Amino acid sequence: MAMKDVIVDYVKDEYLEEGDETEIDENTPLISGGIVDSFSMVSLKMFLERKYKISIPDEKATTEAFDTVASIMKLVKEYAPDAE
Amino acid sequence: MTYSSEARDSYQRELSRMHEGGLFKEERYIHSPQGVEVDVEFPSGSPPKPVINFCANNYLGLSSHPDVVEAARKGLDERGYGMSSVRFICGTQDIHRELENKLTKFLETEDTILFPSCMDANAGFFEAVLTKDDVMIADRLVHASLIDGMRLCSAQRDSYKHSDMKHLESKLEQYKDARFRMVITDGVFSMDGDIAKLDEICELADKYDAMVMVDDSHATGFMGKHGKGTHEHCGVLGRIDAITTTLGKALGGASGGCVSGRKELVEMCRQRARPYLFSNTMPPVIVSAANAVIDLISRTTERRDKLEANTKYFRENMTAAGFDIREGVHPIVPIMLYNAKLAQDMARDLFDEGIYVIGFFFPVVPKGQARIRVQLSAAHEKEHLDKAIAAFTKIGRKYDILGKGKKEIIDMYGL
Repeated sequence: MAMKDVIVDYVKDEYLEEGDETEIDENTPLISGGIVDSFSMVSLKMFLERKYKISIPDEKATTEAFDTVASIMKLVKEYAPDAE
Repeated sequence: MTYSSEARDSYQRELSRMHEGGLFKEERYIHSPQGVEVDVEFPSGSPPKPVINFCANNYLGLSSHPDVVEAARKGLDERGYGMSSVRFICGTQDIHRELENKLTKFLETEDTILFPSCMDANAGFFEAVLTKDDVMIADRLVHASLIDGMRLCSAQRDSYKHSDMKHLESKLEQYKDARFRMVITDGVFSMDGDIAKLDEICELADKYDAMVMVDDSHATGFMGKHGKGTHEHCGVLGRIDAITTTLGKALGGASGGCVSGRKELVEMCRQRARPYLFSNTMPPVIVSAANAVIDLISRTTERRDKLEANTKYFRENMTAAGFDIREGVHPIVPIMLYNAKLAQDMARDLFDEGIYVIGFFFPVVPKGQARIRVQLSAAHEKEHLDKAIAAFTKIGRKYDILGKGKKEIIDMYGL
């Protein structure tokens, strides 16, 4: 599955309540839009690290870098250049 | 002088943004003792107006109770005003230990340590008992002070969807190799008045070998048959490893908090919790009054019983009047309005009618979930409740929301 879909699926499953039909695409603001709070962001970071076998330094895991699926993909690709 | 014009301008811009965004908080001055009937100066500069208070955490009506005030006065006379020391140097009196023992007995735990506030108890607890080899798993709607406390701790942290036991279980499974797991929740969530599923949480904690930590600030003194708190309400007395709670709400409402639970956890706080080590504790006058409060609520359940009856009466009559209220049994009664401006406008009109309530909206509650939060007290008499229900009905009719549900209110006022 493409990275974009992997991340969108995880965000929907992990952060949306059951029955919440909010659409999420590459540019949906996750943190500034109130979908992911900065405290709960840690589970997303851990998921990415497990899934792509990478380690994202804490100083790189900013709320800006995690605000959209597009920016998250950019961050992941820094550490996993071959991931699609 | 290094307060540059750049710094001043920057703060002024930030404050202006808060004003423009409707996020600027203003205090309202009360010209009387805290209670059910208070004189409030609002807007600032207006003559104080007598109103019935429905927004205090004065659940048991003890804030200005004569016995509590008298006990405070006695404490002042017999133990003085200040301690001028932290606890472990020369800042502990016999009455501090007496209060800790009384709280231990009342909450049915093993030991208790006082803090200057529950905010401080939450700030100090995690760092004192957990390390980087441990993991904290918190409900997503826990109070800000728990989040701050977790941030100060080196243990790994994660969260589960609000009261979602399946999600919590998946997290406990995920972290089964950590040294210790701790599940963290509010006993009662302060915006909705909903109650944590402590019975199910304890079952999962047993299954996955996890500790359970509960902030019971909106429950101690009145939830459960004897008012011990959410752990009594949910039938898990003795199974919660650490309870933090406040003396600033039902228990007299002045200030102070505590950690009560397993004796080793409490002792670790005594040795390591920074708000305990580096700050004076509760002053004698408050400790003396708090001792009287615990005596009073241990002697009789009369006040929590009255609060329970008031809650039932108010919830039933507001529902019958046609308001959309969050169901439940807690004296926090959220009157759902969904639209932020509607919540503010109705709260202002109710104030004009002599009913003191506050509208809550984003970011205090999620977007599109604006509401007026009513808080009941054992000190409310039936006539207070009837006046409030009549005023709510009058204002509800003005905005044409009676008998309307979420969808219809949103259709009329937007989100």
